[in-house]
Amino acid sequence: MTAIGMSTKNLSVYYSDKQAVKDVSLDFQAKQVTALIGPSGCGKSTFLRSLNRMNDLIPDCKITGEIWIRDRNINSPDTDVVSLRQRIGMVWQRPNPFHKSIYENIAFGPRYHGTKNKKALDEIVEQSLRKAALWEETKDRLHNSALALSGGQQQRLCIARSIAVKPDIILMDEPASALDPVSTSKIEELIAELKRDFCIVIVTHNMHQAARVSDKTAFFLTGEVVEYDLTTNIFTNPQKQETNDYITGRFG
Amino acid sequence: MSAKTANKIATSVIVAVSGLIVLVLAGLLGYILVRGLGHISFDFLTSAPETIRRGGGIGPQLFNSVFLLFLTMIITIPLGLGAGIYMSEYAPANKVTNGIRLIVEVLSSVPSIIVGLFGLLVLVNLFGFGFSLFAGALALTVFNLPLMVRITEQGLRSVPREQKEASLALGLSKWKTITSVMLPIAMPVILTGTILAAGRVFGEAAALLFTAGMSSPRLDFSDWNPFSPFSPLNPFRPAETLAVHIWKINSEGLAPDAKEIAAGASAVLVITVLAFNFAARWLGRYLYRRFTAIK
Amino acid sequence: MAQPLERQQAKPHLAEEWVGKVYTLLCIAFLILTIFSLVYFVASKGLSTFFVNGVNVIDLLTGLKWAPEGEPRLFGALPFIFGSFSTSLLAAAIAAPLGFCASVFMVEIAPKFGRQYLQPVIELLAGIPSVVYGFVGLSVIVPFFRDVFPGQGVGIAAGAVVLSIMILPTITTIATDALAALPKGLKEGSYALGATRWQTIYRIVLPTTLPALMTGIVLGIARAFGEALAVQMVIGNAPHIPRSLFESASTLTSAITLSMGNTAMGTVANNALWSLALILMLMTFVFVFIVRWLERRSKI
Repeated sequence: MTAIGMSTKNLSVYYSDKQAVKDVSLDFQAKQVTALIGPSGCGKSTFLRSLNRMNDLIPDCKITGEIWIRDRNINSPDTDVVSLRQRIGMVWQRPNPFHKSIYENIAFGPRYHGTKNKKALDEIVEQSLRKAALWEETKDRLHNSALALSGGQQQRLCIARSIAVKPDIILMDEPASALDPVSTSKIEELIAELKRDFCIVIVTHNMHQAARVSDKTAFFLTGEVVEYDLTTNIFTNPQKQETNDYITGRFG
Repeated sequence: MSAKTANKIATSVIVAVSGLIVLVLAGLLGYILVRGLGHISFDFLTSAPETIRRGGGIGPQLFNSVFLLFLTMIITIPLGLGAGIYMSEYAPANKVTNGIRLIVEVLSSVPSIIVGLFGLLVLVNLFGFGFSLFAGALALTVFNLPLMVRITEQGLRSVPREQKEASLALGLSKWKTITSVMLPIAMPVILTGTILAAGRVFGEAAALLFTAGMSSPRLDFSDWNPFSPFSPLNPFRPAETLAVHIWKINSEGLAPDAKEIAAGASAVLVITVLAFNFAARWLGRYLYRRFTAIK
Repeated sequence: MAQPLERQQAKPHLAEEWVGKVYTLLCIAFLILTIFSLVYFVASKGLSTFFVNGVNVIDLLTGLKWAPEGEPRLFGALPFIFGSFSTSLLAAAIAAPLGFCASVFMVEIAPKFGRQYLQPVIELLAGIPSVVYGFVGLSVIVPFFRDVFPGQGVGIAAGAVVLSIMILPTITTIATDALAALPKGLKEGSYALGATRWQTIYRIVLPTTLPALMTGIVLGIARAFGEALAVQMVIGNAPHIPRSLFESASTLTSAITLSMGNTAMGTVANNALWSLALILMLMTFVFVFIVRWLERRSKI
């Protein structure tokens, strides 16, 4: 399996006439974690949600520019958004498991995409839960409601759910910000594991988290990317004054 | 008069009025049940009505009401769900959609007697259904549809956005997302609303006078062939429902015990509607707990 | 060789998407078609009295005598129009203060007790079928009025009382929602200035929620205006303008209910009833627009 990344070129997002993201051109490499940091309202989440065209759901939201996966610009009207989203997983700030059993949460996607065989589904469920480091905790109660899990477990379930449909890219929107420190560190360990197989883009508020988990970091400010570099460079030797101010906690 | 005294007087008036409202309902229910329950017996619930003798029952009317409710709901639910899903998920945010919203609102406030007249003109005469259960069911559908649309919209809007997004992000189609993820979550709201709507349908009479008709053929309860004219299941026979029956015996009842029959029938109607109400409440709470419960 | 972006597989979701879109669109189209044909048929029937049978619109709206089978035929619908307006306005006049008190009780005075007991009671009132109201009106209110006031007991007063109970839930529910949606700070500010509860309600709550309260009242009037059977059972059905509230009268709905079955389709007498239905329908539209107008105002 060849690993796949994605890139954007002059991506802008408008809400009615307000521009939330301005001409962002970024390159996300396979098997790497890219962190998007910046103060609230800087457009990083909006940008992330544009990558799998989730902003299509919001009326009055217009996206211009290009999003490339391999040789396809997916920000074109003829893109089959449904098929596209199968290849781009997403994890939200607050865990949002379906109101179904743990098993069903995972099997739901693959079954829709054509895996009807019970054995194959069982296999996928186990694999996905193992990858999300949740198998040991849940193998005895796969058919219980997913809502009975703790917040951290729910978030790992959501990650398992998204990898069950075998995406190439996983987008994470502050995946640990609603969790306690122990759950957070589990999620971070998991991200480090997952980057072997996936291209991960993560939005985070927490600069320590960005420093811990990511290979590259982009710093957003008022809709623009101020600086994009290796994470070590960003945190040890930022080139721009704004970046320096932000990471040293002078604003944000 | 000091402000304090005024406050005291106003508060007592408000409390008294609220008490009065509770008393009115208690009196209303009490009156209907006390007057009616004595008249309810197995015989009353199953035998056919008499025109001029005493001792008539409400058997066919009761059956008609239930059957008509069933017919109405199997037409209304798929249509109402579909239209509600359209309004909440597919309709673009533009002037046309606002126009449709206005239309639904207008339809929901059209008096039921007008719906009945429309049914008489179009269903009974133009389409030639005659005074029949089918015409009645369609008229009740028209009467009930706006409510069903609103209930569905309300239910779907109560679904957290993240649930919808999670399903779409897995690469599920919008339709699959609606039917497999959103509708199950919206179900408690939709089901509760539907049961209340069913109660409304069960008690409706004005829309039925000129569609389902004010008479019933002598039903043969041993004939279950839906195509025979005296079969209870024939949807193209006229059918007087319980609510219509109450109206009719009150305005032109000739039987000497018309008042008692009306009281008994009213009690049956009220008990059924109360049962619908309690069922809706209970089911709503039960489903809510089941969906949020920690197992 | 790069694999194509979409995985090689049949795309069932495209067909599925199409089915969903078409199905829901058909449902909403059915609804729209229904309302348009309803308006069209009622209007064409109702207008044919004027255009086919040559009855004068002004005569119909202002005439005092209704004798469609008489000699000469007279189509004065004013008694019905008067009856409909007087019963529904009177009903609202009774129900509005009651509903306001009930909502203040539920929101301001005893929220817990109110939500637990009063609200279910009021919702139950909404669920009781109109024929049952008519029956109770006929067997309790009419005899009571007959004993206490001169006349037969039937009439506008009896109709209005029955209707007021029927529209109480509408008015109360909307008033309760409006009161509950009031920003907390608004009331607290008034209390902080030393105002009593009643002063706060009277000076702050009532003026701010007035458009919403009016919405509830108009919706109540609309419901009362269109109610047929409950009114027909207690109003007496005499086709003239009564001299007292306790004298037999008629409304648009009661006239339609009573006579529609006794006239043959296509005759003048029948068409005239459709004209009454048309008036009823147009009034419904007027109510909807008043409500819309009020809702816009209460948003500001």
